Amino acid sequence: MTPALPRWADLVLIPGLNLALAFLVAGLVVVFIGEDPIRAVRILIQGSLGSSYGIGFTLFYATTFVFTGLAVAIAFHASLFNIGGEGQAALGGVGATLVCLAVPWPHWALALPFAILGAGLLGGAWAFIPGYLQAKRGSHIVITTIMFNFIASALVVYLLNNVLKAPGMSLETRKFGEGTYLPFMHEMLGAIGIEMSRTPMNLTSILALAAAFLTWLLIWRTRLGYEIRAFGHSEPAAVYAGIDPVRITILVMVMSGAMAGLMALNVVMGYQHRLVLDFVGGAGFVGIAVALMGRSHPVGVILASILFGILYQGGAELAFEMPAITRDMIVVIQALVILFTGALENLVRLPVERVFARRARG
Amino acid sequence: MTASSALSAPDPGASTLAIELVGVSKSFGPVQANKDIHLAVRKGAIHGIVGENGAGKSTLMSILYGFYHADAGEIRVNGVTTPIPDSQAAIRAGIGMVHQHFMLVEPFTVLENVILGAENGALLRPSLARARAELKRLEQEYELDVDPDAVVGELSVGHQQRVEILKALYRECDILILDEPTGVLTPAEADHLFRILGHLKEQGKTIILITHKLREIMAITDQVSVMRRGEMVRTLTTSETSPAEIAELMVGRRVLLRVEKGPARPGETLLEVRNLSVTDAKGVARLKSVSFAVRAGEILGVAGVAGNGQSELLEVLAGYAPATSGEVLFKGRPLDLSRHTNADDRRDVGIAHVPEDRHRRGLVMAFAAWENSCLGYHREERLQGGFGTLDRDAIRDLARKGIERFDIRPPSCDLKTANFSGGNQQKIVLAREIEREPEVLLIGQPTRGVDIGAIEFIHNEIVALRDRGKAIVLVSVELDEIQALSDRIIVMFDGAISGERAAGQTDERELGLLMAGIDPGKGRAA
Repeated sequence: MTPALPRWADLVLIPGLNLALAFLVAGLVVVFIGEDPIRAVRILIQGSLGSSYGIGFTLFYATTFVFTGLAVAIAFHASLFNIGGEGQAALGGVGATLVCLAVPWPHWALALPFAILGAGLLGGAWAFIPGYLQAKRGSHIVITTIMFNFIASALVVYLLNNVLKAPGMSLETRKFGEGTYLPFMHEMLGAIGIEMSRTPMNLTSILALAAAFLTWLLIWRTRLGYEIRAFGHSEPAAVYAGIDPVRITILVMVMSGAMAGLMALNVVMGYQHRLVLDFVGGAGFVGIAVALMGRSHPVGVILASILFGILYQGGAELAFEMPAITRDMIVVIQALVILFTGALENLVRLPVERVFARRARG
Repeated sequence: MTASSALSAPDPGASTLAIELVGVSKSFGPVQANKDIHLAVRKGAIHGIVGENGAGKSTLMSILYGFYHADAGEIRVNGVTTPIPDSQAAIRAGIGMVHQHFMLVEPFTVLENVILGAENGALLRPSLARARAELKRLEQEYELDVDPDAVVGELSVGHQQRVEILKALYRECDILILDEPTGVLTPAEADHLFRILGHLKEQGKTIILITHKLREIMAITDQVSVMRRGEMVRTLTTSETSPAEIAELMVGRRVLLRVEKGPARPGETLLEVRNLSVTDAKGVARLKSVSFAVRAGEILGVAGVAGNGQSELLEVLAGYAPATSGEVLFKGRPLDLSRHTNADDRRDVGIAHVPEDRHRRGLVMAFAAWENSCLGYHREERLQGGFGTLDRDAIRDLARKGIERFDIRPPSCDLKTANFSGGNQQKIVLAREIEREPEVLLIGQPTRGVDIGAIEFIHNEIVALRDRGKAIVLVSVELDEIQALSDRIIVMFDGAISGERAAGQTDERELGLLMAGIDPGKGRAA
């Protein structure tokens, strides 16, 4: 019954206010532990955006979140809540690793398409099972995907212990051949004469933009996207329109899982050059926050990913510069952002809508 | 003289008016939904408000109930100027509302629903006990006939509506607003509702009835106010007016309440249903060996009280519910009845379907109008843009043609579907289904929640389609509609066909008996 907000308020004002609130509360926490919040913010921003080094790390993290965020967003459009990005990404890592280790690749450009295939295939396959179970058996996807995160984690431990383990103490595979290393951003920029510090940021960042564009194309321009949205808004209407709910559910989950799996390109193939235990590091869950904050729109997902990249990189700097602010404090700040932008969205929305309604009345 | 002095009396207690709206205006962006509305509702009267969809009735009542705020004007309740910023304030002022779409918690019992929001304390038990006693009293006083311990989700629509009325009465409202209350009711339930309203009136309650059914207005209201395009056209005393006069005021021109159509020229049999049966998941037989045929160039009306198998029949024919046994032949070829995903195949052979429930099924409310203009037909070759994309321009062109041909208002194919009025939403569905010139059109409740002007338009389109040699299966709970449109009528009762009549050789009485399962020709039907 409340009148709709103008688009700019919906897309900019409300996320902005949510963010401001999150930082306000985070600032209070910083004050509470006896540090200067203004200085903390300065370090956070300086550390993440103040140098090409910081920017490189920020965008490296953001790239990972774009993939996991798009994964969640795609599923949201079909009204499916895929919280299994963590496990799907882990399996994507296994897929990319298998491709990279299987063949002595002569050049990354040759390895990349197969790695995309491998990461997408295994990530997709890992989401296929919950998708199938929901479509055919009615097992709720929220339950199954979260359980599949644990299974995936156990599976990766098993593989690293028994199948793929390199000689030595740590749980990781042997290093890939150099023919699989994706070019780093500082290398690519260096080639065209732009100086940049050495950071893990690599070619995958460009792939992430392409993935966001393709997601937009899929959802708003293709017939399949039309069917996904129709199904997401109203299942009876979709059935009436001859859209098979089983097919859409499974297909969307596979695409979502594949997208989550592709984050492995950034971390595994682009940076670590081997499969390391826990390389996903919570990125699957950050993807949920990113998709919520980005309102399931690819552009929103990119912007939210950059924000979380800033929090990750700036947070690491903060922990380094301000000893009182531990790594766990950074997690608290990130959690506050997730809380205010995702879970407590209506906290700000309702008063803002009231203000706009009053203004409309004059 | 006494009446006019009472009207202007400053003493609130002496006012004879329950509600008075003075110069109320409201716009949504460029659309003026209410223009300088003056309305006076007498205490203890049943006051009808009629108008086409989009005339501004619901907006006006939403202002009265605190959902919207008027841009200008004031509301007086019992002669006292009362600002109503929200529905809580409306309730405090003694105003209750029964919405078109119920606001009930389905898994809760009647009792729990009634006290919801009026619990009076943290512990439920004492308020439940108090409410139970109060409900008993209300129920008997007003012939509401609802079991306080029944789970609301398991009640019929008619009973759910009575729960809404109970909710309002429990909150001690003196003024009850009902928004299109009979849109979802069977004729028997509607009669019962009118009896309840009669009792309420006897007890001195004031009732505002929003509707577009003139028969209801004539049957139970004391006064009637006619709205057109956001303006209050006139308020009349019901006993001194006629349906024709009201209808004319509503549309601003004379409308034909009867459909003009020539005799049918039936051709070959297009659709043949043989011994069709459906048993639902709970093992209840919903369709019992139903057989009939429809020929090209005729309209077959399927009459019956809602819930006697018509919905299941449409679902099976339209291909989104499987049949348990029996067969359906289209031009002599059997259709697949085994799956719930055959809707596409039906469209391919030329069977189109206007579903009974446009909100849930016929349209995706969150889509723009143009996106809904191809729902179900989005695989058509001419709408594809290559590389798996849809040709948005082609779809928009199609949508614009539909909007023009069906006079859909506002004529904007980018507007969100939910923002169109009910009649215009239905026109979006009809435009989509008729534009394809289907061989067979299955229509469920074509004019439910649709205004008079649109009803006439829709009826004429259906007849025109018949005259172009198409077969039409028309399911409707409105007997008027069945009689006005059909060439042949079958009546359904308890999942079976209780009788078939040629339209010209039957009357309402006979059809009414068939709808109750009694065949006047043969005694009691199966």
